[in-house]
Amino acid sequence: MTVVAPASALLQAAFEAAGEGMLLCDTAGHTVLLANAAARRLVPGALPGEPVTGPFPEPGADSFRCEFEGRSLSGTRRDLDGEHYAWFIRDETEQARHIAHSAFLAEVGWRLSTSLHVGRVMRTVVELAVQYLADTAMVVLPPHRHRSSWTRLLPERAVEEGTLPERLLDGVPGLVESLGGFPPIPSRWLDPAQAPGWLLPAELGPVGAMLVTPLPGNAEPAGALILARHGATAVFGEEDEALARVFAARAGMAIAAATLYHEQSETADILKADLLPPDLPVIDGFELAGSHHLHIGGDFYDVFGPAGDSTDTVIALGDVCGTGPEAAVLTGKVRQTLGALRLVRAEPEAMLRVLNDVLLRSGPRSRFVTMVVGSVRRVEHGRVRLELATGGHPSPLVLRTDGTVEEVPIQGALIGVMPLTDIRPATVELGPGELCLLYSDGLTEARGGPAGRGHFGEDRLHRALADCAGMPATAVVERLSQVVSDWLHGGQSDDIAMLAVRAPARTALSLRGGGVPEQSPFLIAARRGDRRSRARS
Amino acid sequence: MTAPARPAPRIDSPIADRYLALVADSDEVGAIELVGELHAQGVPAERIILDLIGATQRRVGELWAANEWSVAREHAATAVSERALATVAAHTTTRAPKGRITLACVDGEWHGMPARMLAELLRLDGWRVDFLGASIPGRHLITHLHQTGPDAVALSCMIPTRLPRAHAAITACRATGVPVIAGGRGFGPGGRYAARLGAHAWAGSGEAAVARLATDWPPRNVIGLPAVGTDGHLGDEEYTHLVHGRPNLIATAMERLVAAYPAAHEYSTDQNESTVEDIGHIVDFLAAALYVGEQEIFTDFIVWTSGVLASRGVPPVALRTGLRLIHDQLTDFPAAVAMLDAAMVRLP
Repeated sequence: MTVVAPASALLQAAFEAAGEGMLLCDTAGHTVLLANAAARRLVPGALPGEPVTGPFPEPGADSFRCEFEGRSLSGTRRDLDGEHYAWFIRDETEQARHIAHSAFLAEVGWRLSTSLHVGRVMRTVVELAVQYLADTAMVVLPPHRHRSSWTRLLPERAVEEGTLPERLLDGVPGLVESLGGFPPIPSRWLDPAQAPGWLLPAELGPVGAMLVTPLPGNAEPAGALILARHGATAVFGEEDEALARVFAARAGMAIAAATLYHEQSETADILKADLLPPDLPVIDGFELAGSHHLHIGGDFYDVFGPAGDSTDTVIALGDVCGTGPEAAVLTGKVRQTLGALRLVRAEPEAMLRVLNDVLLRSGPRSRFVTMVVGSVRRVEHGRVRLELATGGHPSPLVLRTDGTVEEVPIQGALIGVMPLTDIRPATVELGPGELCLLYSDGLTEARGGPAGRGHFGEDRLHRALADCAGMPATAVVERLSQVVSDWLHGGQSDDIAMLAVRAPARTALSLRGGGVPEQSPFLIAARRGDRRSRARS
Repeated sequence: MTAPARPAPRIDSPIADRYLALVADSDEVGAIELVGELHAQGVPAERIILDLIGATQRRVGELWAANEWSVAREHAATAVSERALATVAAHTTTRAPKGRITLACVDGEWHGMPARMLAELLRLDGWRVDFLGASIPGRHLITHLHQTGPDAVALSCMIPTRLPRAHAAITACRATGVPVIAGGRGFGPGGRYAARLGAHAWAGSGEAAVARLATDWPPRNVIGLPAVGTDGHLGDEEYTHLVHGRPNLIATAMERLVAAYPAAHEYSTDQNESTVEDIGHIVDFLAAALYVGEQEIFTDFIVWTSGVLASRGVPPVALRTGLRLIHDQLTDFPAAVAMLDAAMVRLP
């Protein structure tokens, strides 16, 4: 054994006092010659005369990083002279824990921020809790009408969801307190044996420790988080409890935000229901189709089916000036007025006059509307008659069976600006298979096309509509939506409202049951309208 | 209702031909009656949807491509089939114990029928389905996800030019933690592009989607954000410049058209607009191919288009001219030029 030359007492004292673990070893035998206090604390077996083992790698490696007796250690080896080398050992336990905590909290942060749906957030909370904090996790929301929603994740199972009656909450130690906003009760005071079967099924075996943590919300508890560790000897240490509370604070805010969003969107949905286009009624004698995806405020359309002693169907499509909530309120007012007017069997022209008066009287703010109102009725031989009147709105178009497109000759000024003097209504008759289209100028003013800035324009609309000869009303509206969407090429558009009325095409009864269909007028018209059949580049 | 005395009929070609004749003539009443008859005879709803309505839709598409049918007739037939499908749905009721699925067509994707059929198939298989419709803007879709919290999203895309927007939608769905199953021809053969765009699964047909969702789906713990280094950005500056330069590319191509293809001198307004549209399609498919990084997207489009044009009596030189007009403007676009060259080789 190599004898170490006696070091000076002063050097030895410095060696002993160093914060980093230091081990002086001999190269030939790989035995420890000297170990300072820090080294003896981190690697208790490293005593003079003992072999260099424990966390240290095989001779040849000059560094290591590993878990050793509950600590994260790292070390570097330095050759001192031909016969001696040293290991310098660092304790990185704290640092590793900090890194793990930050990684956990970072994941918690972004995963909880991704959804605004309460159920989904609760699911994320139990998934994260089981991943990092416990074997079982359950979130319970404060009771609403005497029932509490819950989400639970047990080992080896999928996430479960449900509700339970408020009276059962009492059965879980600490739960009522947590839901009541009281400070968390330390785990050691909670006896898992008292947990009811609905919380922790018996087949999971003994539960060593349970933790009930409040989920703080917006000035009131958002819920409670119940964590459990299985195995008779499992515990939640102080540090675990602290981490669970940090997690609960974030989870609680996420649940509270989702709850707030849910309440807001529920309120908004109720208000919006009256402002969005209605589900179109199914009316015997003609087809109706409308466009979708309208914003609130701006364009609107409505259909009032036969009611009371009025057998006509009233249709309306318009555009209120401005957008947003104020426009939406005006839209609501217009639609309500029309709904009432149709009950007194007012003609479209009279409806526009009354509406104009209503808007003129409704205050100093200059708010106006352009719109087309029509009453629709089936007449003999499968024909459909429309009485139409306009208040400053683009005239409806009529598509004949031969593909001709006509503009309905009606005139009238904006509604809500000045007393109406001159309204010229018109009557249109549709033969079987013919269609009348009401639309808003969002359609003709859509900007796009090959150059990216051109208006869709009336000519293009006429041509696109002519191509639709023979199509059912829904197909026409969808086709036009598609053509203008292609024109926009992903660009933004104002609202585009369309409402189509069509007299159903007559189909020969003899065709049913098989056989070769005859050439119907529709087919001839459709063939002629096919732009793709022409030569092109 | 009594059980049928005879075994339920199979949907054979006479029945399919009869149905095709009905939708060809836009005979909604007849089509609904036929579907009702089949249902009364005990034909399962799935078979009516897949073997009658779905199979007919494919034939309708082929008839259009072969210039047998006009666009108008194709649309009219689809509208009738939609009503027939709604009838099938009305005849059947199911509970929904499996979970909730949101189903939508990608923004700009107007082929809603395949998704509509899938919606009914999923319903029959016990899912609660929210079908949002054709061409759903990404923002509408995400708002819906926040409001309803579905277990999964199914996204339909039939045309590859919508892939950049499909990608945006998939990324946004992933970010809300909701798994995405992609479907439709637009995602390429075998759904190759679906995985690249971040979808968790892909199904080639309605039947396959039902089967895929019935096994081990949706996955638990969907981690939403893309990992560092695969941050989900596809495409490169060539794609960006091509999309920005689209209006100029088309305008210049149109200016040079008559010199390159004298027949265009006689074009009517309609024919001119059709040509503008076609050149637009060439640019759009080229952009999609660059975005995903797949030559096949562009080549498939060109081969398919040349077939469609041939059935309409358009000489092959017309398409070649269109490609050449774009090609010659793309001086600093090596990848795009390589794609154009590779596609032109495949032209007759």
